Amino acid sequence: MTVQIWTYIIVALTFALYIGIAIWSRAGSTKEFYVAGGGVSPLANGMATAADWMSAASFISMAGLISFMGYDGSVYLMGWTGGYVLLALLLAPYLRKFGKFTVPDFIGERYYSKTARLVAVFCALLVSFTYVAGQMRGVGVVFSRFLEVDITSGVIIGMIIVLFYAVLGGMKGITYTQVAQYCVLIFAFMVPAIFISFQMTGNPIPQIGMGGKGADGMYLLEKLNGLSTELGFAEYTKGSRSKIDIFAMTAALMVGTAGLPHVIVRFFTVKKVRDARKSAGLALLLIAILYTAAPAVAVFARLNLIHTVSGQSYAQMPAWFSNWETTGLLGFNDKNGDGLIQYSADAMINELTVDRDIMVLANPEIANLPAWVIALVAAGGLAAALSTAAGLLLVISSSVSHDLVKSVFKPDITDKQELVVARLSAVGAVVVAGYFGINPPGFVAAVVALAFGLAAASFFPAIILGIFYKKMNKEGAIAGMIVGIGLMLFYMLKFKFGIFDGGKTAVTSLAKDWWFGISPEGFGFIAMIVNFVVSLTINAFTADPPEEVQEIVETIRIPSGAGEATH
Amino acid sequence: MSKSDHAKKYWKENLRYVTILLSIWFSVSFLAGVVLKDLLDQYSIGGFPLGFWFAQQGSIYVFVVLIFVYVRLMNKLDKKYNYDKD
Repeated sequence: MTVQIWTYIIVALTFALYIGIAIWSRAGSTKEFYVAGGGVSPLANGMATAADWMSAASFISMAGLISFMGYDGSVYLMGWTGGYVLLALLLAPYLRKFGKFTVPDFIGERYYSKTARLVAVFCALLVSFTYVAGQMRGVGVVFSRFLEVDITSGVIIGMIIVLFYAVLGGMKGITYTQVAQYCVLIFAFMVPAIFISFQMTGNPIPQIGMGGKGADGMYLLEKLNGLSTELGFAEYTKGSRSKIDIFAMTAALMVGTAGLPHVIVRFFTVKKVRDARKSAGLALLLIAILYTAAPAVAVFARLNLIHTVSGQSYAQMPAWFSNWETTGLLGFNDKNGDGLIQYSADAMINELTVDRDIMVLANPEIANLPAWVIALVAAGGLAAALSTAAGLLLVISSSVSHDLVKSVFKPDITDKQELVVARLSAVGAVVVAGYFGINPPGFVAAVVALAFGLAAASFFPAIILGIFYKKMNKEGAIAGMIVGIGLMLFYMLKFKFGIFDGGKTAVTSLAKDWWFGISPEGFGFIAMIVNFVVSLTINAFTADPPEEVQEIVETIRIPSGAGEATH
Repeated sequence: MSKSDHAKKYWKENLRYVTILLSIWFSVSFLAGVVLKDLLDQYSIGGFPLGFWFAQQGSIYVFVVLIFVYVRLMNKLDKKYNYDKD
């Protein structure tokens, strides 16, 4: 059977599974729609959180990015896992005890203010929309390569599937489809990783194979360092970014992870505080399986690519080369006309362009794995993109129906009406996300990474202070969030989009002006510190929060009597 | 002991655990994987330079262990302070 038939079969099977689960788990009340009824087991929640968290970026892009960044790619590995430690130790148990439906809910009640809630809604929407557009794009890329439909139809098919189970099932439907999607995506990522690790090092465990020796008796990493230097790149295990930038980027991604609304909200779905802690641990364990294998895949893929392509004759390239060339993600330009592919860090000599996104998708083909493994990777990429998109759409729809309509504009709305509004906003969000997936405003990919900076600069300090500092008042928190997110937006616009200095073309030359030498991706860390400082300073000069709010803080610190999530 | 003293003591012990665990969290990632990376790279485990290993493998393993240690410690603490009933 050909790869394409295998892909149709496997993708159709997984889609049928997701739809079946959605029908079985329809939501009947707002509580089921927002927090899956609050009775999800820690293991199911851990799996759902892992699928929710691991997006098209983790599955498709990350290993490819690391492959080209070497040591510098560690920022994603440490950043996107270390955030769970913060989440488990500093946020999840207390937010579960607090027992509300959304993050703006917490901010609004803890800071006894509609303004605070509105600022939080704005931040949640900004973060979630930028993130979701990237997911729809990922769906489009997988469809276009493996099923040979154009990106637009790919995005529309993806939209219909997500619409079906997000609108019908709400959080309940999303949770149980995410459990299935976790299984699909982890299997799809690990099978080729294990195959290739065994092929290259004789050890089937990629995490160990990465540090092992190849058939020629040389350590893979040593060989890769040598090859990289030969071609003019930085040594693979050294990297080229400054220490302070690596530090700031790691910190921004960690804190941003802990501040992402679609991740936090998952901890509202378990029964008890104890379960919230446990499911954070399980989620990280399940995520770590992929995250420790990804750097191994990065090393294997990079070595394989250099071996197969560098200095070889273009005419003798295997079939996958031309397959990917037609997608425009791989390109060869024979500058010196010798028919050989020159691959080099020097732009003048280099003849090969590789989009980082194809490393994971093309890896099984490069390594000559069986057709069903290649098809599996396509299904895994779709599972990763769809599960994250669904989680984000829920945050968007609950921000509108619960935090705007129910809490601000129309408090007397009934539960049934609120459910209708929630479903309608989910439909609206899917359509907007799909639009951006089809017409990506050039900056989507850049903004996805910055969503973390925005979350770090806005939510993280407000939530931490809300739990750990009883006397934190609304004036301080609101000022902190506004200054934090404003500063982050400013830095992003200035150094990522160059809007104050002549647009995108000026961006590269602006890098020397980075404050403290920190890139826009790492600046969330600085903006977060500024948020903390502003919050505490304003707080010192304004009135303490009312007694009853301080009492709320004392009760959320005690784990017993968590009860159920309520309005 | 009054009810609020009881709660305060519980909170203090909790904060002590969190501080200790977060220092380990900081050490394996920001110290071993970034600040002291070049120093540690002089040593190696298998084919990995040690600092590089911490940045791409070791820190993640420790993160997972930290959360499960926290879960255990807190479950015990909840029991000790009688906060384990629902």
